[in-house]
Amino acid sequence: MSYAIEMLNITKVFPGIKANDNITLRVKENSIHALLGENGAGKSTLMSILFGLYQPTSGVIKVNGKEVSITDPNVANDLGIGMVHQHFKLIESFTVTENIILGLEPKGKFGTLDIKSAAKKVKEISELYGLEVDPYAKIDSISVGMQQRVEILKMLYRNNNILIFDEPTAVLTPQEIQDLMKIMKNLIKEGKTILLITHKLKEIKEVADECTVIRKGVGIATIDVSKTNEKEMAEMMVGRAVNFNIDKNECDPKDVVLSIKNLFVKNFKGLNAVKDFSLDVRAGEIVGLAGIDGNGQSELVYALTGMTKIESGNVYLKGEDITKYSIIDRFKKGMSHIPEDRHKHGLVLDFELRENFVLHSYNNKEFSSTGFIKYDKVNSYAEKLISEFDVRSGKGKDSLTRSMSGGNQQKAIIAREISEAKELLIIVQPTRGLDVGAIEYIHSRILKERDNGKAILLVSLELDEIMGLSDRIAVIHNGEISGLVYRKNTDENEIGLMMSGSLHKVGGEINEKG
Amino acid sequence: MKKVNALKISLIAVVFGLLTGFLIIAVTNRNPYNLVVALVRSMAGFNLLKPDKPINVLYILNWFLETMPIILTGLSVAFAFRTGLFNIGGEGQYMLGCTAAAYVALFVKAPFPLHPILCILAGLIAGGIWGFIPGILKAFKNIHEVVVCIMLNYIAWYLTSWFVRAYLPINPNTGSSSINFPESAIIPTLNFGTSSQFNYGIIVVVIALVIFHVVIEKTTFGYSLRATGLNFEAARYAGMKTKFNICSSMFISGAFSGIAGAVTILGVYHYGRTFQGFDGYGFDGISVALVGASNGIGILFSGLLFGLLKTTSNNLQLFNIPKEVGELIQGAIIFVVAAQYIIIYLEEKLSKKKGEFK
Ligand SMILES: Nc1ncnc2c1ncn2[C@@H]1O[C@H](COP(=O)(O)OP(=O)(O)OP(=O)(O)O)[C@@H](O)[C@H]1O
Ligand SMILES: [Mg+2]
Repeated sequence: MSYAIEMLNITKVFPGIKANDNITLRVKENSIHALLGENGAGKSTLMSILFGLYQPTSGVIKVNGKEVSITDPNVANDLGIGMVHQHFKLIESFTVTENIILGLEPKGKFGTLDIKSAAKKVKEISELYGLEVDPYAKIDSISVGMQQRVEILKMLYRNNNILIFDEPTAVLTPQEIQDLMKIMKNLIKEGKTILLITHKLKEIKEVADECTVIRKGVGIATIDVSKTNEKEMAEMMVGRAVNFNIDKNECDPKDVVLSIKNLFVKNFKGLNAVKDFSLDVRAGEIVGLAGIDGNGQSELVYALTGMTKIESGNVYLKGEDITKYSIIDRFKKGMSHIPEDRHKHGLVLDFELRENFVLHSYNNKEFSSTGFIKYDKVNSYAEKLISEFDVRSGKGKDSLTRSMSGGNQQKAIIAREISEAKELLIIVQPTRGLDVGAIEYIHSRILKERDNGKAILLVSLELDEIMGLSDRIAVIHNGEISGLVYRKNTDENEIGLMMSGSLHKVGGEINEKG
Repeated sequence: MKKVNALKISLIAVVFGLLTGFLIIAVTNRNPYNLVVALVRSMAGFNLLKPDKPINVLYILNWFLETMPIILTGLSVAFAFRTGLFNIGGEGQYMLGCTAAAYVALFVKAPFPLHPILCILAGLIAGGIWGFIPGILKAFKNIHEVVVCIMLNYIAWYLTSWFVRAYLPINPNTGSSSINFPESAIIPTLNFGTSSQFNYGIIVVVIALVIFHVVIEKTTFGYSLRATGLNFEAARYAGMKTKFNICSSMFISGAFSGIAGAVTILGVYHYGRTFQGFDGYGFDGISVALVGASNGIGILFSGLLFGLLKTTSNNLQLFNIPKEVGELIQGAIIFVVAAQYIIIYLEEKLSKKKGEFK
């Protein structure tokens, strides 16, 4: 069997760091090849080199056996290489077809744009691979999973044969992940070659043929996936044994910290997204909020944190009615929030890392006096968080946040919010894009915060995470609470039924025996 | 990319601008060396063609005089840039600053150092308000500040002309400008016995530079303004007063241009003006801010550079070079800075060895 891609002895140096250190990667034709490595190991960098976004400091690239120089993405495209980035590059107000043909618009009679024939072709490709995309739908009206399929269609429309996916499943719901796996298998059937970056070992096990492990920029090994298991892969990547089970002792809940009473919240379309929602979270317990994506979780969190107006109902923090409080007042009362969208809300990407650590607290006595920022204090605080949470980057606290790897950006947000939380921590999708080692640490930190007496509301689409961490589990379906149970009295099956709305069971009230 | 490259790009731009100038002069059959002569002359009054004559302070002072207003308008544009806004309304804010200062100069009675200070404060507030208006519209109605600023430039032009004629005592000899300010309101010259109008307003410029630097780089206020400008949603999530921040940024930005107007009218004209058109300082501020990478030290140097090019333009004719060449050089410099992504791109291409930020 011949190689579709050979990247030989690739080195890439960024200021302060060797992101790729003499890595060699060989990808067999018509196979799925996974890249596995810790956050900041250099996976995205390696793929960006293959796609022509970066030039390697040294090394050779061969495509189908021929040595090539990929100076920019257009060259990559001509070589049949396409890439789906973690953050999609679509124009929201355009239709699916308009987005796909961008850059190679088909000319009709008299030089007009021939959308019809393009749409027809899009539909054909979509059917061939089972993508089920509507060529005329507007991007801003379709789900994230659909948008990703549009990115895939973009590559197929350009006849790309080598497809790079950078953490495609990080933004998908469990169901969408299953669909994507199927699509990938279809692509292989039609003769494509796939390079897949993911932190989820389960996915590698499910679809990949081979897997190359990278640690701190160095290629450790390429293994045959069928001859290994998740535990072995994790060890190889982190360099030590990883504990997949969450070790958790009994919780010891105290007073109610967060109390939500009959909450109604509207979404941006003006429809009720959260309906008559009530829930209590006590100090020293983790309440997990499970639900299928788009059932009102985001709106609920925005309303709790003050980012959206509350239609009716009340929110209490330690008995105080905070329904009308501003974001900053809620923060001052002890509420912390790890947001769902790290680029939109969590970080100022063009700030240095240290500046992002004090995004809420720059004005506190600790970091400022008489209106001036005490940069020496900010520096030492940043250094403390960086070492505590193992945030890796080229230039430490002075790194431009934009230049950091996705997972390390996420770790920076978690570090900031966990360190600042005083009473209540609202956590949304905390481990999105994190490697298994980092997930293990973050989970243990969340539990530590619980044991320190903080109230924690955990919103996650990953049922494993909810089941592993929560003491009680609330389920939201169609904006309403469809389940409230003690963790130890339930199982995944029951939660699944409540998520789909076919079971209604609100039994886990706090005055009830667990 | 931020700091190192900004300096590099500005230097490349300047070199490119000067080369363009030389080239144009050469292809029109003139002596490019004369451009060097004119530049040196404008900078130091030293005539390379007559090396026996000494340095002439008058030229140095006039060069500095030319930089004063454009450093201030440069700070004005830069302040907005750094906080994610584009203040193209410097012209209007400058006119408002001129007129407000003139009003206080003529109608408020105060002893000397206090009087010009009051006038400058009036200019600051007037310019600030003229910046505040697009700020409010941006923050609360999401109307783009550029559109509003451009309209306000014209409104300021007619408003000030009307105001001067309607409310200030008109000088019967000119019919279109006010009578001269009382001695107590005028910023005295600092001309070392030359005929230059260079004046103590330079102190105001220096103070403005320091304030700009301190507010933007060192204070919590500057931090929250920058955060708002760089990522509005993240600033909102962090609980910052984003709308207030946008309004404040535009007020402060406008205030710098207003001060430019006040300092110019108190130090150079000494009377209230009805404008025949835009003086151009507000637009120059955009160039100064761009080339100076919107930071204090950068603006000081790019202000000096553009000041030099402006005075050189005036001197070029002495050397048989059309004065437009000076403007051409300025244009070429802006072109390169505005197209800096081309440079970054080329650099990435050329030096495959080096790692750079995207
Ligand atoms: N443009 C850049 N400038 C400077 N440093 C960079 C740049 N891009 C990446 N780096 C650094 O190179 C290292 C590797 O980053 P990369 O994004 O390749 O990691 P990754 O393996 O994809 O990690 P993750 O799993 O978190 O996405 C990181 O330490 C990062 O800070
Ligand atoms: Mg990555």
